[in-house]
Amino acid sequence: MNNMKRAAKGTLPVYIALGFASLVSIFPFYWMFVMATQPSAAYNSIPPTLLPGDQLVENFMKVLDTIPFFQAMWNTIVLCSTVTLAVLFISSLAGFAFAKFQFPGKNFFFILILLTMVIPPQLGLIPQFYLVSQLGWLDTLLGAGVLFLLNPLGIFLMRQYISESVPDELMEAAKLDGCSNFRIYRSIVLPIIKPAFATLGIIVFTLVWGEFLWQFTVLRDPASYTLQVALASLNNAFRVDFGMLLSGVFWATVPLILIFLIFNKWFISSITEGSIK
Amino acid sequence: MESVQKRQHASKAAAKTPLSEKKKDMLSGYLYMAPFFIIFAIIGLYPAVFSIILAFQKWTGLGAMEFVGFSNFVVVLQDPLFWKSLYNTVIIGLMGTAPQLVVGIILAYFLNMAVIRFTNFFRVTIFMPYITSMVAVALVFGVFFSSSETALANYVIGLFGVDPVSWKTSEWGAKIAISLMVFWRWVGYNTIIYLAGLQSIPKDLYEAATIDGAGKVQQFLHITIPLLKPFIVLTVFMSTVGALQLFAEPAVFLGSSAFNRDEAMTVVMYLYRDAFNLGSFGTASATAVLLLIIIVAAAAINTWLTSGFGRKQKRRAFTK
Repeated sequence: MNNMKRAAKGTLPVYIALGFASLVSIFPFYWMFVMATQPSAAYNSIPPTLLPGDQLVENFMKVLDTIPFFQAMWNTIVLCSTVTLAVLFISSLAGFAFAKFQFPGKNFFFILILLTMVIPPQLGLIPQFYLVSQLGWLDTLLGAGVLFLLNPLGIFLMRQYISESVPDELMEAAKLDGCSNFRIYRSIVLPIIKPAFATLGIIVFTLVWGEFLWQFTVLRDPASYTLQVALASLNNAFRVDFGMLLSGVFWATVPLILIFLIFNKWFISSITEGSIK
Repeated sequence: MESVQKRQHASKAAAKTPLSEKKKDMLSGYLYMAPFFIIFAIIGLYPAVFSIILAFQKWTGLGAMEFVGFSNFVVVLQDPLFWKSLYNTVIIGLMGTAPQLVVGIILAYFLNMAVIRFTNFFRVTIFMPYITSMVAVALVFGVFFSSSETALANYVIGLFGVDPVSWKTSEWGAKIAISLMVFWRWVGYNTIIYLAGLQSIPKDLYEAATIDGAGKVQQFLHITIPLLKPFIVLTVFMSTVGALQLFAEPAVFLGSSAFNRDEAMTVVMYLYRDAFNLGSFGTASATAVLLLIIIVAAAAINTWLTSGFGRKQKRRAFTK
């Protein structure tokens, strides 16, 4: 009993520190919501406004007048889902090859994949832009998404997961039953690696959702805007309406926050798996 | 019985096909990794090589290229704005990332304490900023640090008796605001990585140290830090590479004036402005090549420094 009391006493500063860190982490979200419900003038009040107002709908209406918000939301969802599915397919297929097949040059190719991780994305920015414009893919989701198909980390994760979790015996048995390699991939490997798909899927989805430089470079026509580009354009007016601006940010952030709160364990483990393995 | 029949059937089928099982596997191997390499060749390798060639040409994107030797590099290296943007990038990078490592380790250490409850709540809230996109962070911080005297940030520093700062147009105001948003967004991410590192340290090491009479601080310095080294090296590497590529935060934070002011122009913004606002693809490519060299050098130096630091700590831990 005495021991427990002592432990509790010593932990008070730790709770204060963690509580403060949590508060600092959450406050901008709360404040964004407050400002999204206030008229722009509330921003100038002293002491500052820290409670929600009644302009939630009005501010969002102004957002809809300024940018094609729902179009941008739809574009983003289509872009993120398509890229994620494509990366899952490409990575798991290549990961399968590196985990389970023997072929000359295997190590060389694998090291090559690791090396591609080191190339900073800005190095190829200009030729990539030129390439996409020559293909007529400017202002299209195809142009915005094509760059993200390159995901060496995905192959790395998949190779790791497949070599650990798909037993060789199972593959041998399937082969004896006359299964082709692709059939093995489809009916044995895919069901086993579902957890790895969740991890990689979250990594890719959030990456594409939040990426800015490339989407900003390729998408110039408002009809093709993704959320990030549309939001950034809200800030370009000479006089920015803060209530409207933060209303846009708030409604663009809410979906991802909800997904995060539901699947937070997956999100957090995706970071450690993505970086440690 | 059935399986024997099947096996016989399979071996008959294998005998009929011209390809042996081994060759088939080889073929599958190449075939399955092909999509990645085809995509890599088109949108990874080709642009990278093209960029390096372009750095030695004069080109506006239209018409023929003209070989100009190293003069693009000379133009960039003689441009004070390039050096200013490199200086800005390094300063913002240091202010935005170095404190993260310290705060991240402390938070992870607290979250890893057995006596602390509600750790899942703290972990989720501290990690939440990372979910927010860079653009959203830059916009929210842009309002918080607006240049108006009544900005919330000015109200807060006013409580401590500091005069209002013009956050978007002053040399240090812009840098501090951008560093703070980088710090805010990434500190939880690093905390999670350190936490995973701490959880990988065997508990009996601490028990043994306690028996030997080592205090909490000694244990932290001589067990925790050295064993956390690989994770520290990893985060330092990622922070270095990420900080040198900073673009979205300053570009969005400053809004329409982003490319006309120099207080927070980063190297990538300088590159972008050269290519897409001024149409000078040659010098922009030269900047891209310089940036590559800077990133590789900085990442190598920082990784070397952090691994060296850990080695010294470990040696001391062993000699004690």
